[in-house]
Amino acid sequence: MPSTYTRTAIALHWLVALGLTGAFALGLYMHELPLSPFKLKLYSWHKWAGISLFMLILVRLAWRITHPAPSLPQHMPAHVRALAHTTHVALYVLMLAIPLSGWLMSSAKGFQTVWFGILPLPDLVAKNTELGDLLQAVHETLNLTLAALILGHIAAALKHHFVDRDDILRRMLPGGHGNPP
Amino acid sequence: MKEHQFIHALRGVTAAALLALGTVGTSSAAEYTSIDPSTSRVLFQYTQMGVGMDGAFDRFSAAIKFDPARLADARAALDIQVASIDTGSAEGNDEVKTKTWFNTAAHPVAHFESTEFKALGGDRYEVAGTLTIKGKTRKVTAPFTFKPDGKAATVRGGFALKRNDFAIGEGEWADTSIVANDIRINFDLRALQGEK
Repeated sequence: MPSTYTRTAIALHWLVALGLTGAFALGLYMHELPLSPFKLKLYSWHKWAGISLFMLILVRLAWRITHPAPSLPQHMPAHVRALAHTTHVALYVLMLAIPLSGWLMSSAKGFQTVWFGILPLPDLVAKNTELGDLLQAVHETLNLTLAALILGHIAAALKHHFVDRDDILRRMLPGGHGNPP
Repeated sequence: MKEHQFIHALRGVTAAALLALGTVGTSSAAEYTSIDPSTSRVLFQYTQMGVGMDGAFDRFSAAIKFDPARLADARAALDIQVASIDTGSAEGNDEVKTKTWFNTAAHPVAHFESTEFKALGGDRYEVAGTLTIKGKTRKVTAPFTFKPDGKAATVRGGFALKRNDFAIGEGEWADTSIVANDIRINFDLRALQGEK
């Protein structure tokens, strides 16, 4: 196993982190706004961002599969390694499931998703008010679950850095130790 | 006396001729005098940031007098209850009733009144008329097809309008980069022949 992440893996990690934070904050904010042209604009941007992130995460997943992550430090007990592994799988699953649930929700609510106002995505489900409300609840629940897991992910990275004093956090930081591309 | 008899005879012939004409008239051409609201639809399409949306008006009434053989006498008037609008979302339905959109409290009805019908060949026709929405009147022209089917006929057509011509969506909503200016109105009506 390699001892470091590739520069591409690091770039993808932080790009996705930035994108998820932005789309999440936008989603929370726009939801409460009264109807206005600004609100419609934000909804479109949120949907465009979601589709873009979905594709970026697919690229990241493909990179992750073809470029194994460096091994975990020796001091980690087996059950903590298992927890880390499970969390990472869950993060990938949620990162893909959330944009999908948003896309389906849009279709069910009768608003087709047209990426950047140019590329129409097919409506995989027909317009249906009950299904739309259900998918909205699913979209929200998945997001809150992802937010909770990301907080745990950040807490774990900080614990490794400040308590265990290993290189788990540092090896994901950009501009490191002459990483491979 | 002779003259009187002649006039009497002439009257008889004229009456017979008129009767014959009348019979011919009702058998070859039929006049459609009403619209069946339960099977008729008034729909619209618009675009919101590149996303096509479908809408409809659920309540409307029409007064028509249409005989394809006598277009010069044809008339059509359509009254749409604007508050029966379905924009595709509950939030949108509430919004468009407000003052900046249709102001349905002050202008509950959108009205179309025909001025002229034209035959375009086959089952295709065109109606010109005036459309009044929110107190603003514009001329519109709508091509349509008219397909008789027993005692009824299917009338399908549509036209485009610019929402800003009627002040539909004022203030910040007048910006057509969010909700496009072009609105497509489509009608799918079931016309019924009058009782003779």
